[in-house]
Amino acid sequence: MLRIQQYQKVKNLTEAYELLQKNKNNQIIAGMLWLKMEDRTIPVGIDLSDLDLDKIIEDEKSFVIGANVTLHQLEVHQSLNLWTQDVIKDAVKDIVGVQFRNMATIGGSVYSRFGFSDVICALMSLRCEVVLYQGGKMDITDFVNSDFQRDIITHVIIHKDHDRRCFVCHRNSATDISVLNLSVWQKDDEYLINVGARPQKAQQYIVTGNDNEEIAKKLKSQVECSGNMRASKEYREALAYGLCLKALIRIGEQS
Amino acid sequence: MKINIRVNGKMISDDVACDMLLLDFLRQHGFYSVKRGCETSNCGLCTVWLDNKPILSCSMLCARCDGHEVTTLEGLKKEAEAFAYFMANEGAEQCGFCSPGLIMNVLAMEKELHDPTEEMIKNYLAGNLCRCTGYMGQLRAINKYLKRHQGGKNEADQ
Amino acid sequence: MKQINKPTVKKDAYALLSGQPVFTEDLALKECLVIKILRSPHAYAKILKIDASMAMRIPGVEAIFTYKDVPSSRFTLAGQTYPEPSPYDRKILDQVVRYVGDEVALVVACNEETALKAMKLIKVEYEVYEPLLDFRKAIDNKIIVHDEDDYKLLCEIGNERLRNICSHDVTAYNDVDEIMRNCDVVLTRTYHTKANAQAMMETMRSFAYIDTYGRLNCVSSTQVPFHIRRILSNALEIPKSKIRVIKPRIGGGFGAKQTGCCEIFAAFVTWKLKRPSKIIYSREETFAASNSRHEMQMQVTIGASKDGIIQAIDLYTLSNTGAYGEHGTTTVGLSGHKSLPLYNHIKAARFSCDVVYTNTMTAGAYRGYGATQGQFAVESIVNELADELGIDPCELRFKNMVKENETMPMYYNEFLNSCALDRCLAKAMEMIDYKNKPLRIDLGDKVRGLGVAISMQGSGIANVDIASVEIKLQDDGFYTLAIGATDMGTGCDTVLAQMAAECLECDVDQIVTQGVDTDFSPYDTGSYASATTYVTGMSVVKACNLLKHQIVDEASVLLDVEPEHISFDGKMIYAIEDDKAISLQEFANRCFAGGKGKVLIASASHVSPTSPPPFMAGIAEVDVDKLTGKISINDYVAVVDCGTVINTNLARIQTEGGIAQGIGMALFEDISYTPKGMMRNNSFMQYKIPTRLDVGNIRVAFESSYEDNGPFGAKSIGEVVINTPSPAIASAVAHATGTYIRTLPITAQKVLLQKDED
Repeated sequence: MLRIQQYQKVKNLTEAYELLQKNKNNQIIAGMLWLKMEDRTIPVGIDLSDLDLDKIIEDEKSFVIGANVTLHQLEVHQSLNLWTQDVIKDAVKDIVGVQFRNMATIGGSVYSRFGFSDVICALMSLRCEVVLYQGGKMDITDFVNSDFQRDIITHVIIHKDHDRRCFVCHRNSATDISVLNLSVWQKDDEYLINVGARPQKAQQYIVTGNDNEEIAKKLKSQVECSGNMRASKEYREALAYGLCLKALIRIGEQS
Repeated sequence: MKINIRVNGKMISDDVACDMLLLDFLRQHGFYSVKRGCETSNCGLCTVWLDNKPILSCSMLCARCDGHEVTTLEGLKKEAEAFAYFMANEGAEQCGFCSPGLIMNVLAMEKELHDPTEEMIKNYLAGNLCRCTGYMGQLRAINKYLKRHQGGKNEADQ
Repeated sequence: MKQINKPTVKKDAYALLSGQPVFTEDLALKECLVIKILRSPHAYAKILKIDASMAMRIPGVEAIFTYKDVPSSRFTLAGQTYPEPSPYDRKILDQVVRYVGDEVALVVACNEETALKAMKLIKVEYEVYEPLLDFRKAIDNKIIVHDEDDYKLLCEIGNERLRNICSHDVTAYNDVDEIMRNCDVVLTRTYHTKANAQAMMETMRSFAYIDTYGRLNCVSSTQVPFHIRRILSNALEIPKSKIRVIKPRIGGGFGAKQTGCCEIFAAFVTWKLKRPSKIIYSREETFAASNSRHEMQMQVTIGASKDGIIQAIDLYTLSNTGAYGEHGTTTVGLSGHKSLPLYNHIKAARFSCDVVYTNTMTAGAYRGYGATQGQFAVESIVNELADELGIDPCELRFKNMVKENETMPMYYNEFLNSCALDRCLAKAMEMIDYKNKPLRIDLGDKVRGLGVAISMQGSGIANVDIASVEIKLQDDGFYTLAIGATDMGTGCDTVLAQMAAECLECDVDQIVTQGVDTDFSPYDTGSYASATTYVTGMSVVKACNLLKHQIVDEASVLLDVEPEHISFDGKMIYAIEDDKAISLQEFANRCFAGGKGKVLIASASHVSPTSPPPFMAGIAEVDVDKLTGKISINDYVAVVDCGTVINTNLARIQTEGGIAQGIGMALFEDISYTPKGMMRNNSFMQYKIPTRLDVGNIRVAFESSYEDNGPFGAKSIGEVVINTPSPAIASAVAHATGTYIRTLPITAQKVLLQKDED
């Protein structure tokens, strides 16, 4: 059972950051969906909901997404999905249900760096930066590979470009956690292929090649997977090939 | 901590534990339509609206709702009745334990999606589990409900 | 008929759809103490020491009970008619714990938070034993799950508990080995079905209190209130006369609530403390510490002639009952007795079975009750036989399926009065345009396959299930119908009222059905074994006919005419020869007005000497993704013969719901354990049931036969509907991919890698 001894809707990020440093068990409360299942005591639960972080602000070059923006907000944001070839929508639409996605936030999803995260896998195929209160801007891939810091994600920035990209995943049943998720970013002559839910966290593989099958085979030979309750190592490796091929075919169809 | 939550249009002021979940708060205040079916945010039975958006009350802290507006099935008597007519006439409620959560999400969907396809309906409601019906009867009821104003007559009003 | 075969709205529909507080937890007294259970972290262990002294010091903790505090009698939680065929092998709390989740201590506190806090402070010292987890290694294993001396059996079930055999049986019809030797084709295959969770939306829950008369009242979400009364009496060692069980609305059961679960804990605590208490199981507890479908492994041998006439079937079923023997003996029986009769023309058959104990969660009743498992094996091997012989699987079935007016040697020699299975299959083929489709179509990135299965179940347990009802004429001329059958959401309160209304020629609204209360309701074995419509329905018909006679007799007194002159059309009572008439309303009021008036109450009970099988045919059309192995249901058609359909809407919904559950079983539901015996999927996050995106399109139709022994020709529908998806989908996938999956579930992984058992 989760216990929260004190709940603080903070007035500003400084206050939030100070509270966070004060006790290592203090915790930013994002969507509460995963946190709720933990059996621990939080001395101070820090709520950022008064800090206006629930907006997606678009300008010529980018989308600046507040940490408290929900997955459903991302899912239905037309311009964002237009610019990202629906990568974000495709990544979030199968996550549990709309009620869940009305609570789960991008900040929470990114910060927790779950191995199965569809959101992280999708963001890794975008020109994406994570903005930390103390740490400043950080490339999403670097952030995913960095150690946990007691910092606060304030925004996620997605820079607009005209690259082609695609997100695909396989689930054992419709709203289950992904058995494997995969995003492809065609960047110049290279394919940046991000594979998550291996079941470990998403890993980026850079593959070149002219032929879809060749690329998918190359990926399969590099990708490191393991087995768990949802699938075996062998099946995940086979999926890496299959999903990669699907993604490449879809990318080929993009204008 | 002291909180003020407007539930179904009526202000409730209470002193609650910081970790109290909205679901427990609502049941404690007599809103028994709100059910708990799991502990992992997967079943959708506890669906209510927070500021008119469907959420899972099992995963929402009361503390966060301070100053906000919550709607439960008890607060949507008229809207719910119109949909209930179609559910009842399909026999699609069966045990009824998941019905309040489903109805809350169907009514939210109606506000959010304009003229949704069947696929959009299924996607929107995928987070509402039901073990009794196999979902087909619910879908028939939803389709009829959404089309109730077409053709100039409202079956439910007759 | 005015009320039968109608889409009557369920009596409780609007209460349920407006979220009225009608379920157990909604009704629990505010003063209830909260019970939480400390559960065993070990799959097999003996408790050496329990120290609850620290926990007792937490303010708000009222009591902590351990095995030392409970009565010593063993009993069974199986909700079955006495004498139960399930062994008396458990206690309220035992010193030996036999699976991860088995109960160790009851913590009673003023609220949940306090109870949970206290629970962490209980210190338990265990002597941990090596657990027996693989049911295929259970027989004669050195680990013995039940070696206690006070183990008790009420029936002869072939039990050899020291060999871990809960029950054993063999039934044979003619000489299988002899016939098999003369077959052109003989196939032997092994099939394996997994434990599945019933996963009803309302978890296990009950509360108890002491009433004015010092009696124990237990309100519970149960399918079997009368059996619960006996279970509580056995467990608490108090007379049944001291116990009352009440069933409010139930949030689904599917068999899970045919086994007692948390009632014993609330009842024990309240009886001991003389204070109201409640226990609400979490989803996790309901998954990991209640009951599930029996996991079964079945070896089948089938013999046939070249032209596809099935000659003999030999089936051996091994069933895992888990830590305790509830429903073990009876479920396994259905795996043979409800699968082999589908091919009733066979010259010989043998069905043998063993049910074994292991240190996994207890199995229990789940819709289909063993028939589901057995039919997966038999229907799958028939599908494999068809492919082997190059005969269309539907055609093969038409050649071999059971027909009306046959005696069924493997179905207790019952005579088959009513059967429209051939029409069901023909109709299903028509619905899916079977004749114009190949079994396999390449769609480019996917392959589409067709697969078929047929099914049967029973309608109640012959000569065992007993149902009684009581119908009263009330003033103003409405009726109250007291039943002991439990509406668990499927609508028996309404269906039985439809029957009463048909008999009494009135509107369904004029019949008030009363929920179950063991003090006030007439006895009924309960809602299971697909019994309610068929068995309880007949007693409704009987009681209503009696009441009609009473109305006529009493009218003759009040109108002062000969009883032969009286006619009653449901609204008016006439004596045409005497030129007299009275409305039912006025008549009823005069019955209640004293004088010559008489209160009219009729009751009847019914036991059926047969259990007429409902039938069904299902055809699955599935798409398999070539790159991922992902299986999606493109179309599922099913046609049911449940005799006369009483409520067209409710029968359809039951069918669609059963198929959806069957699809879950077929494609992904699979209770599994860690090497130490911990259940790995004890939540809706890890154990997925189908969402509305997983079930594809389910289409249902009815082809009715007429069952003379049933009310208005009706048979059952509740269970038969879950059986066809697994074998039909397995065959469709085999047609699409060439890979037969014989171990459920049929996952994308197994299909893509062409590897069956993981």
